[in-house]
Amino acid sequence: MNGTHMNVWQSVLRALRGLGVLAAAALLTACGDGQSSSITLLNVSYDPTREFYRDVNAAFAREWLEQTGERVSIRQSHAGSGSQARAVIDGLDADVVTLALAYDIDSIQRNGKRLAANWQTRFPDNSSPYTSTIVFLVRAGNPKQIRDWPDLIKPGVSVVTPNPKTSGGARWNYLAAWGYALHKELGGDLSRLDDPAAAEQVRAAEAAAEAFVKELFSRVPVLDAGARGATNTFVQRQIGDVLIAWENEALLALRELKPGTVEIVVPSTSILAEPPVAVVDTVVDRRGTRQVAEAYLKFLYSTEGQELAAKHYFRPRNQEVLEKYREQFPPIELFTIAEVFQDWNTAHAKHFADGGVFDRIYGVKAQ
Amino acid sequence: MAGGPNKALLAEIASRPGRDTIASNLIKWGFIAVSLAFLAALLFAPLITVFATALSKGWQMYIASFEDSDTLAAIRLTLTTAAIVVPLNTVFGICAAWAIAKFEFKGKSVLLTLIDLPIAVSPVISGLVYVLLFGVHGWFGLWLQEHDISIIYALPGIVLATMFVTFPYVARELIPLMQQLGNDEEEAAITLGAGGLMTFFRVTLPKVRWGLVYGVILCNARAMGEFGAVSVISGHIRGQTTTMPLHVEMLYNEYNFVGAFAVASLLTMLAVVTLVIKTLVEWRTGIRKH
Amino acid sequence: MNGGFRQPSILPGFGLTLGFTTFFLSAIVLLPLAALVVKATSMGWRDFIEVLTDPRAVASYRLSFGAALLAALINSVFGFVIAWTLVRYDFPGRKLIDALIDMPFALPTAVSGIALTAVFAENGWIGQYLAQLGIQVAYTWIGVVVALTLIGLPFVVRSVQPALLEVQHDLEDAAETLGAGRFYIFRRIILPTILPALLTGFTLAFARAVGEYGSVIFIAGNLPLKTEITPLLIVIKLEQFEYAAAAALGFIMLIMSFAMLLSINLLQAWGRRRLTASGR
Repeated sequence: MNGTHMNVWQSVLRALRGLGVLAAAALLTACGDGQSSSITLLNVSYDPTREFYRDVNAAFAREWLEQTGERVSIRQSHAGSGSQARAVIDGLDADVVTLALAYDIDSIQRNGKRLAANWQTRFPDNSSPYTSTIVFLVRAGNPKQIRDWPDLIKPGVSVVTPNPKTSGGARWNYLAAWGYALHKELGGDLSRLDDPAAAEQVRAAEAAAEAFVKELFSRVPVLDAGARGATNTFVQRQIGDVLIAWENEALLALRELKPGTVEIVVPSTSILAEPPVAVVDTVVDRRGTRQVAEAYLKFLYSTEGQELAAKHYFRPRNQEVLEKYREQFPPIELFTIAEVFQDWNTAHAKHFADGGVFDRIYGVKAQ
Repeated sequence: MAGGPNKALLAEIASRPGRDTIASNLIKWGFIAVSLAFLAALLFAPLITVFATALSKGWQMYIASFEDSDTLAAIRLTLTTAAIVVPLNTVFGICAAWAIAKFEFKGKSVLLTLIDLPIAVSPVISGLVYVLLFGVHGWFGLWLQEHDISIIYALPGIVLATMFVTFPYVARELIPLMQQLGNDEEEAAITLGAGGLMTFFRVTLPKVRWGLVYGVILCNARAMGEFGAVSVISGHIRGQTTTMPLHVEMLYNEYNFVGAFAVASLLTMLAVVTLVIKTLVEWRTGIRKH
Repeated sequence: MNGGFRQPSILPGFGLTLGFTTFFLSAIVLLPLAALVVKATSMGWRDFIEVLTDPRAVASYRLSFGAALLAALINSVFGFVIAWTLVRYDFPGRKLIDALIDMPFALPTAVSGIALTAVFAENGWIGQYLAQLGIQVAYTWIGVVVALTLIGLPFVVRSVQPALLEVQHDLEDAAETLGAGRFYIFRRIILPTILPALLTGFTLAFARAVGEYGSVIFIAGNLPLKTEITPLLIVIKLEQFEYAAAAALGFIMLIMSFAMLLSINLLQAWGRRRLTASGR
């Protein structure tokens, strides 16, 4: 019996050793690619920025080489904004994060302390080098005659928008609708929100806004998990009469997906969507990449960076560049998160947290 | 021949009395029709969609999809992962099957259920548990950070999550089969003085080879196709920690439908591998029989 | 050496294989799941109950478990038919179809979801005909069932296939010679032999379907209280950085699945013992 056991042991050990060698070889090949003499940065971003940052990375690497003689290669990571924030919190070593909403970077700050609390003041314009807004995509010829927000709740109109609970981008859609309704109820004067004398009026306006948003979401047949999923549902599956989307996404869809089958409608009022950027302090300090990481984000504000943003359908902050692309970016009255919702944390707690307004409009009782 | 009918068996079935009646023919074609209709709606239609989209811009675009360096990196990562995971889980599966199928002991059903458990765990959770263990805020997070070891958002994490997800497959195929076949032959071999390993390789393995083949094929298919769990711990770094399924999703989200479905179509090529392996096993055992 | 822990057997390797099994199981499965349990119980008892009994969560259990059960039942019927066809009959293309059975595992779940939605949406190949009949598949609970059926199919077919080959043909023949009808042969000879395998296939298909996420979110519609599956709720909790709540939902799914799996495994063990006791 004992002899048999020995045999078994030996062969198992031999097999394991073989596997170990295999695993080590695989590990080496896998790691081999990352090894090069240049500096690397990891930019953790969200889904729709991929094409944009591909161009930015190439342009920045060129500029950095000219200025310093150093080679820099930037690796990209893209997924939903919220799950990317989670990955950074749990240890993904991002040198810079470029996400869809400040709430996600705030969460990194709160949950991981990987960057300073004042991150949003470190770069100009709320650390958002480019902006966008929320517009509508409708079927060619606009058969349902959709011109502005109220048309979305006309009888017989069905609306596609992703789930604000899972998609950062979709939160902007929701807040845009809410902000529009509030703006209208208050006669276009959002400053009344902070006026104690107008408290009664504000309460009525909020009730109206909630009714509007509730009516709007009652017309949504599919709540896709992500923004691009919603675009595909609208364009490819032909579900719904109107898609609520980011302007850059709508412009991209116009070009990339079945050209001529959809068109863009710009509403009278919408939200200023500010996708922010930040350097992750703990990572750049450990890796010694602070200088290049900051230069990388500053590059986004340069004329070249702004041009690239405009080319990829993000509204540039630089007025000259914006004017140059005026045709693409029609003027529109924009309100900000701060004007309507104070800040992201307040907006999130009130609208998207469990038992918040979004749950309420779906008939989920607050606990 | 567990893989499908061999010629002799089919001939035997056909030669049975009353086999050639109208009724039995009707049943035969009825079964075939139902099978095909079900598979057509549920399996073939989606598969055709994949290929139709992959080839919608012609062969050249299809081939060109594989020239992208990120795509190649994703393919390499997936193959590497499977190369580590499948052998380990196979060794485990055989050990577990031997212990569970050949012996009666207390708590066996519980052990078996624990082995099944990874199938029941939502992929979202299977990824999350490794974050809870190895993330910066996880059980071993600080220690790993101090020793500069990365597990999640790197290859080891992807391997672990894949191993978790595909853990039961080989064992699960082998155990019912070995139980069904009983211990008589093995006991005879041992009584006649054969060693444990020899008994396994000469007596047990030939009997359960189809279970093993299926187990390995399923385990491999799942290892290569796993999306949810890997998505949570991959970090999505392009060309580095994206496996084929993650890469497919990325390309799809870029509206690069041709590229996305081209990579997906590559995974369906696994069916061809299955076909080759099965034919090979059938052929080899055929030789051995005579 | 094991006292009353196991019945004596002359076969070697029990200690070694069981030891390795337990070790590997603990390292790969039990340790991570322990982390899940600890995380889930890190929230207070009241919060824990509150998360689990939230009406939205309860609605999602109903969909997740109901659709998974339905899908596993459909798979048991059609999976058996397919396995039977592949094992017993020869027809053109049999080998290819046999090889394609594993595809639902190899295809990334997102691809299955997208492709199924394309096929079953109102403008899809099959969806357009179903729409004429007034049946909407995509973006309803039926779509969830369709997706879950697809991903569970290989389990049943691949479990039943080897078992069907073990059915003793001489017994079938003898029964037939003695004048037994087809249905009688099926019920008394074939079914008892393949029942354990079929049950295994059913269990695994069910277990896998309960937790499935990737393919379902594309076809489900994801409307709260209506077409929202439990794994989606977990993702939603994660998006809000509520790890403990997410773990709690994962934990309750785990417990329910464990109870289900264990009872079927016990049932099978009991069946086996009864079979052995009655003298096989």
